[in-house]
Amino acid sequence: MRNINLGREKVINDRKNERWQTMARVAMGQSKMGARPVAAFFHFLIYVGFIIINIEVLEIMIDGVFGTHRVLSFMGGFYDFLIGSFEYLAIGVLAACVIFLIRRNVIRLKRFHMAEMTSWPKSDANLILITEIFLMTAFLLMNASDALLQSREAAHYVKAGAFPVSSGLFGMLSSYSNEALIMIERGCWWFHIIGIIAFLNYVPYSKHFHILLAFPNTWYSNLNPKGQFNNMESVTNEVKLMMDPAAVPPPTDSNALPQRFGAKDVKDLNWKQLMDAYSCTECGRCTSVCPANITGKLLSPRKIMMDTRDRLEEVGKNIDVHGSDYEDGKSLINDYIKEEEIWACTSCNACVEACPVLIDPLSIIMDLRRFKVMEESAAPAELNGMFTKMENNGAPWQFSPADRMNWNEN
Amino acid sequence: MIMEDFKVNTMADMMARGEKPEILFWVGCAGSFDDRAKKVTKALAKILHHAGIKFAVLGTEESCTGDPAKRAGNEFLFQMSAMNNIMVLNGYEVTKIVTGCPHCFNTLKNEYPELGGNYEVVHHSQLLQEFLDAGKISVEGGAYKGKKITFHDPCYLGRANKVYEAPRQVIMRLDSLMTEMKRSKANGLCCGAGGAQMFKEPEKGNKDINMERAEEALATSPDAIAVACPFCMTMISDGVKLHEKEDTVKVKDIAEMIAEAMDL
Repeated sequence: MRNINLGREKVINDRKNERWQTMARVAMGQSKMGARPVAAFFHFLIYVGFIIINIEVLEIMIDGVFGTHRVLSFMGGFYDFLIGSFEYLAIGVLAACVIFLIRRNVIRLKRFHMAEMTSWPKSDANLILITEIFLMTAFLLMNASDALLQSREAAHYVKAGAFPVSSGLFGMLSSYSNEALIMIERGCWWFHIIGIIAFLNYVPYSKHFHILLAFPNTWYSNLNPKGQFNNMESVTNEVKLMMDPAAVPPPTDSNALPQRFGAKDVKDLNWKQLMDAYSCTECGRCTSVCPANITGKLLSPRKIMMDTRDRLEEVGKNIDVHGSDYEDGKSLINDYIKEEEIWACTSCNACVEACPVLIDPLSIIMDLRRFKVMEESAAPAELNGMFTKMENNGAPWQFSPADRMNWNEN
Repeated sequence: MIMEDFKVNTMADMMARGEKPEILFWVGCAGSFDDRAKKVTKALAKILHHAGIKFAVLGTEESCTGDPAKRAGNEFLFQMSAMNNIMVLNGYEVTKIVTGCPHCFNTLKNEYPELGGNYEVVHHSQLLQEFLDAGKISVEGGAYKGKKITFHDPCYLGRANKVYEAPRQVIMRLDSLMTEMKRSKANGLCCGAGGAQMFKEPEKGNKDINMERAEEALATSPDAIAVACPFCMTMISDGVKLHEKEDTVKVKDIAEMIAEAMDL
């Protein structure tokens, strides 16, 4: 959170109704996932499983703290229905995780194996999936041993719940003594609880942070037409002064440092752009639809987001170690993102359209271009030529304004 | 300023006569200077005239909207261009603008208001649909009857402004067979010209974007590829030429198709 606040200020609090609707539709309803139905189905299974099984975690915790056994079982038939559904969801989540592992590691879908998917991003993804498989296995094993103990009328294990899935494990467990089953049941309980707590602590350091940030990130997303690029107020003030000497400059704080045009480093981006970076789960939908990337150029919108996050992490660590004024001499452009990448963009918005959590890689590319052009005058030579033509004859080509009506002559 | 059988007015002409047009036709730099795009400009002017619309152009007073400068990161140049244009447009009290260029359309519609330029801006596909719906123009069994046509979505009309249906509705009126490419509408693939790429060589890669898109269009085995943007026109035409298909597959702007079907 501290790192996100290192970004420039940007007030986003208009059109609240539309924002809540966007969040409900895109984050809760996962409307953008539908473009790829297979991934959408299994992802939805894990999402629903994650949310609903957490209700059961509540009971598991209460039982642990107060030494009770299935404290919510007073709900009777409804409780049986709940536990039964949790079990179906658990096996669903488990299956989905296995399928996702296969897609990543056996089928090796192209978007999971591009240049920016170095060893850590791949391990991160696999680690998350494997952890979820272990957690679900522990949950089912715990239920199975509990149910078996219930049927043997063991002390403490009063009859409660329905176990349509874990009952399949009875055969495997039936030869164990009650003591051994209690060991398994308690062991799985501890594993599940510790696993969940450890996992929750891992999430903020991982691409998996999207499970939380998807919500604020969609709420604060850009509601304007995608073709509308933000207006630079600081430039407007200067251009107005230039065109009309009588214009009054807006009052400024004389102590404030002049802001850089565009972005050289992560601190020049606004906080929403930085939150975008933390919301990215590296799924690669953006890169797989990017016309530049498809035709072999260096640009990858996913890499733009990963670089922004990695650089921000580095800046954050520098502050922790050396204090807030420390400069390490590095920057987002050049050290992380190469010029060749940003100049390959056609600003077609395909990446923005593809993102399931409404991340805007294009706005970062644009701010990096602005820095290159307005602070360093370092546009590609052909573009500098175009600028000159626009200045001299009001068109990006070398034609005289006097010839503008020539189309009307035969 | 004589165009076959009618005169295209400039805003200055009209003002001198104390008249005001219903709509300003923003021709754009490509529409003014690019030989291929000039044909589209003519077609649209003929349609506007035929529909009985009182329209005018800025002529020599028109200047680049600033779009390529903005996408290239030169906000200064963009805003200077924009403010100069806004002075001219506001001076003529322009209220409604039509343009055949999605880049001009997007910039005029979305980026001028914050700089003091507020106009109702439509793309020619929207105006053509309106004319057809209102019966101001009609096409019956023209040159494209029964022909297979695929439409290439311009990024700055489609994704950027969510105008997907208007150009398709216009093509449908030609009694043609509409066929969609694998990537279309919100998933449409860029022609490769946007973001100021039109004015520079592409970065190193293994293929040019317009080749990729032209292949996809040709894969639908169309009689014609319809476009609605002068830059897409250049890129897709080049792609089709490199595949040596320019004799069998025509690349046409939707305005040209309507004008042809109307025998204008």
